Amino acid sequence: MNRLRWRKFVSGFMLTMTGVCALVAVSVLFFILGYLLYHGGTSISWNFFTKLPTPVGESGGGMANAIVGSAKLLALATLIGVPIGFLGAIYLAEFSGSSVAFVVRYSADLLNGVPSIVIGIFAYAIVVLPFKHFSTLAGGVALGVMMIPITLRSTEEFLLGVPRALREAAMALGASKWKTIATVIVPAAYRGILTAVLLAFARIAGETAPLLFTAFGNEYWSPGWNQPTASLPAMIFKYAIAPYEDWHRQAWAAGLVLLGLILVINIFARAILARGIAVPRS
Amino acid sequence: MATTTTTVPNAGPVSGSRSFLHRLREGDEIARIITFLFAASVVLVTLLLVFELWQGSVLPRHKFGFAFFRTSVWDPIFDQFGALPFIYGTVVTAGVSLFLAVPLGIGAAIFLAELAPARVSDTLEFFIDLLAAVPSVIYGLLGVFIVVPLMRQYIQPGLKSVLGFLPIFSGPAYGIGFLTAGVVLAIMVIPYIISVSREVLLSVPRDQREAALALGSTRWESTWKVVVPFARTGIMGSIFLALARALGETMAVTMVIGNTPIISASLFSPGYSIAAVIANEFTEATGELYTQSLIELGLVLFLLTFVLNGLARLLIVATSQRGGGTGHT
Repeated sequence: MNRLRWRKFVSGFMLTMTGVCALVAVSVLFFILGYLLYHGGTSISWNFFTKLPTPVGESGGGMANAIVGSAKLLALATLIGVPIGFLGAIYLAEFSGSSVAFVVRYSADLLNGVPSIVIGIFAYAIVVLPFKHFSTLAGGVALGVMMIPITLRSTEEFLLGVPRALREAAMALGASKWKTIATVIVPAAYRGILTAVLLAFARIAGETAPLLFTAFGNEYWSPGWNQPTASLPAMIFKYAIAPYEDWHRQAWAAGLVLLGLILVINIFARAILARGIAVPRS
Repeated sequence: MATTTTTVPNAGPVSGSRSFLHRLREGDEIARIITFLFAASVVLVTLLLVFELWQGSVLPRHKFGFAFFRTSVWDPIFDQFGALPFIYGTVVTAGVSLFLAVPLGIGAAIFLAELAPARVSDTLEFFIDLLAAVPSVIYGLLGVFIVVPLMRQYIQPGLKSVLGFLPIFSGPAYGIGFLTAGVVLAIMVIPYIISVSREVLLSVPRDQREAALALGSTRWESTWKVVVPFARTGIMGSIFLALARALGETMAVTMVIGNTPIISASLFSPGYSIAAVIANEFTEATGELYTQSLIELGLVLFLLTFVLNGLARLLIVATSQRGGGTGHT
C-alpha cells in the first residue's frame, strides 16, 4: 500500500512538474512582451517615427529611415518570395510528377533550413559583388530567398487540401486545367495561402543576420534601390551593443515596434485561418 | 506539421486524349510551363547557393585543408586562419542550450499533449507559436540588458560558490560568454522542441495509453514508460531540429557571447561562434583569403544544419507514420 502511495505521489509530482515547464515556457512570452512594453513604451515618441538618427549625445532622434528601409526591403522580398513560392506551389500541387515534385520539395526544405547568416553570404555573392556595393536590392534578395521555401511549402499544403471533388466538378463542366486552378482551387484555398504568406512575411520581418552585409546600414535616407539602407532589426543590433544610454532607449523603442508588428501579423494570420477555409463540401 | 501525411491525389490526366495543340490553346501547357519555371527556380536558387559557398571558399580549402578545422590561430594580418575556437564556441553554446532546453521542452510538451484539456493545450500552443516568431535580435536585446546582468550578479557567482570546484564553473564572472549564450539559445529553441514534440506525442495511438492504464500504471508511468518511448524517435527529431537552429543562430549569440576567439573549459569565459564571427567580420574582411575563410565557415554551418535537418525530418516522419491512430482531440 505504501508502494502505491509512493507511485501516486511520483505521478502527481512529475505531472505537476510538466505543468510548471509549460508555464515557464509560456511565461517567457509575456515577460518579453511586458519588458518591451515597459522599456520601449517609455522611450517611444513621435520623433521615433519621423526623425533621422542623431549623432551620439544629441537627443531627440528617430529611426524614420530605418522604418522606410525595412518597408522597402520587405516589399522587395515579398515581390521575390511570394510569386516564386506561390506559382511553384501550384506547379507542385497541380502539374508535377512525383519525381520532379520530390526534387523541388527537397530543395525548398533544404533552403528553409539554411541559417540566415549563410543566406546573407549568398546574397552578398550574387548581388553585392557584381554591383560592387551594399544595397536595398541585395537585402531584399536575401530576405526574398528566405521567403520562398516558407511560402512554397505551406501554399502547397493548402492547395492539396482542397477536396478532389471540387477539381473534378470544375473539369466536368469543361473548364480547362488552368481555369480550374485560377477560378476554383486557388479561391478555395485562399485563406490558407494568405495565412502562409503573412506568416512568411512576419518571419523575415525580424531577420537581421542576412541584412548585415547586404543592406548594411545607413545613417541617412537611402534613395532608390542601389544604396545601403538602414533597417529596424539591424538598427536594434547596432544600438543595443553600443555603449550609449540614449541609443539603448532607441533600441528598446525599435524592439517594441518590430515585435508589435510581428505579433500583430501573426495573430491576424492565424485569425484568418481559424475562421475556417471557405470550402463548400458536398 | 509532423502529422500531415495525408496527400490528396491529383486530379489526374483528364486531358490525356486531347491533342497538344488543343491544350496549348486552352492555356494548360502555358500555365504548366510558367509554373514549372517558378518551381525550377527554387531548385536553381538552392543549387546556386551551394555552388557559391563552394566556389567562394576555394582558397582556404586549398591552402589549409583540414588544418582549417584543427588550428586555433585566427590572424588576418598574417593570413593565418584556423576555425577551431569558433567551432568550439558553436558546439559548446549549442550543447548548453540543449542541456537546458530539452528537459523543459519535453516536460512542457508532455503537459500539452497528455494532460491539458484540448482548449488549454491549443491556447498554450498558440502562445508557443508566437514565442517562436519573436525575432532573434529581440532575444539578443533582452539578452544584453537582462540575462547578462543577471548572470554576472547572481547566477554565475551562485554557481561558482556551489559548484566552483568544477572547471566549467571557474574563472571570473563577466556575464557574457558561453553560458549566457547557451541560456539565451535555450530560450530560443524551446518553442521548437515543444511544438514538434507535442505533435509527435499526440500521434501516439490512444490504445497504448489505455493499455498501460488498464495494467494498473499511474498516469505518469503510462506517459513516461509507454507514450514517451513510443514517440522517442520523433522527440529525437525535435531535438535535432532545435540543435540545427541553435548552431545557425546568429544575432542573439553575437550579442552575448563576448566575441573573443578563445577556447576555455570555463563556461563563464567569453567566446565566439561560427555565425557570430561571420556576422562581425564579413564586412571588414580585407583580402580574398580572409573573406573566403569566412565563407568556408558559412559552408561548414550549411553542411552541419543540412545533415541535422535531414536527420530530424527522417525521425519525425518515421514516428508519425508509426503512430497511425492518434490521440488528437
